[in-house]
Amino acid sequence: MVVVIISALLFDFTNGFHDTANAMATSIATGALRPKVAVAISAVLNLVGAFLSIEVAKTISSGLVNESLITPTVIFAGLVGAIVWNLLTWLLGLPSSSSHALFGGLIGATWVAAGASAVNFSTVVGKVLIPAFLAPLIAGVVAMSGTYLAYLLTRRADREVVSRGFKSGQVISASLVSLAHGTNDAQKTMGVITLTLITAGALPVGSAPPVWVILTAGLSIAMGTYLGGWRIIRTLGKRITEIETPQGFAAETTSAAVILVSSKLGFPLSTTQVCSGAIFGAGAGKRLAAVRWSLAGQMALAWLFTMPAAAIVGALAAQVAGTGVLGTALVALGGLVIAAGIYVLSRRRPVTAANVNQPVTSAQLAPSAA
Amino acid sequence: MHIEWAALGEIFLVAFGAAVGVIVLFSLGVAVLAPPALGARGLGGDVPLGGRRTIATLCFLTCVLVVGYGIYLIIAR
Repeated sequence: MVVVIISALLFDFTNGFHDTANAMATSIATGALRPKVAVAISAVLNLVGAFLSIEVAKTISSGLVNESLITPTVIFAGLVGAIVWNLLTWLLGLPSSSSHALFGGLIGATWVAAGASAVNFSTVVGKVLIPAFLAPLIAGVVAMSGTYLAYLLTRRADREVVSRGFKSGQVISASLVSLAHGTNDAQKTMGVITLTLITAGALPVGSAPPVWVILTAGLSIAMGTYLGGWRIIRTLGKRITEIETPQGFAAETTSAAVILVSSKLGFPLSTTQVCSGAIFGAGAGKRLAAVRWSLAGQMALAWLFTMPAAAIVGALAAQVAGTGVLGTALVALGGLVIAAGIYVLSRRRPVTAANVNQPVTSAQLAPSAA
Repeated sequence: MHIEWAALGEIFLVAFGAAVGVIVLFSLGVAVLAPPALGARGLGGDVPLGGRRTIATLCFLTCVLVVGYGIYLIIAR
């Protein structure tokens, strides 16, 4: 059980640095915040957000899979699937959904270990898949309208002053996204740990997460956030479209609003997809802005693959881990080896706070787009 | 299969209202505060600077209130 909780916290950590980009990419791209300052603010607010609402944690710990049919080992296998997929997409700089990786891993592992009937497919479709499809569209439409209006209203004013005004606004709006991120993504790990405690019999079925779970989950996502996923920040901040401060402000306000409302209603939606949708929308809202729609296709593809891919890794892990203690150890070892390998690969072409805003050359684009 | 269309619709409407509302208010504030570009007539160009500042402050304050209320709703549940 301890191993499961540690791997859940590890997942949370990857979630943090995978998703720093969502909140801070546009602020870093427009220069509203210096990269290091941005991730620090984001980390603190993620922790705060983790305490604000636990609706999403409840959705995950009660309802996605049948608690009475699975064991902590299954959850462990699911987490390994999610972590591996998260690291892989981070290496490629793809803003894929950490949430879907988690769900995919869990569903795959449960399916193998307890049969398809242990997965509540109707909850999965109703609470995860449909919102996953709609949320980026909603965010895109809202951000597009907002951006359009922002440019319309300020079109006669002095460009310089307007740009500076929105730059200050971005500090607040980006902070809100981080807060929102805590209310949605930190919840997912809490949900998983709570689910583990329930399956291990330490908590009654349908319990809310205990305080120590909220605290550790919040802390580990904050730490991951502080390390910063510079690769994905570059994708969102530079590669989709060149972002001006009014667009950044519009995109961030939109993301924060969409995520906060969904958190409130217990929809575990993908903050990544919402933010990406908002950035595309903000790009499209300014007339004649150059949005790289081909990148949208690439990202959508990665999104489609996320759940099944993580599910397959999760299923494999569950198969092996299900053979006993040795199997579980083997899965843990395998996960560590893959993580280490990805880390080594990432050192070859590091993206850091120092070079995150440099123009992306086509030579750099090619391998990460593959 | 149970899809919560009502909840999804609520997300869209509330998010649209809140986000676009805040963006418009903030833009107005910025537009009123910023001097018009050379040769163009800006928003509230005939209003003296003091008045424009008051209007802008009101806009920004409303933004803060909207955001604060949103967070309050989430905490209060």
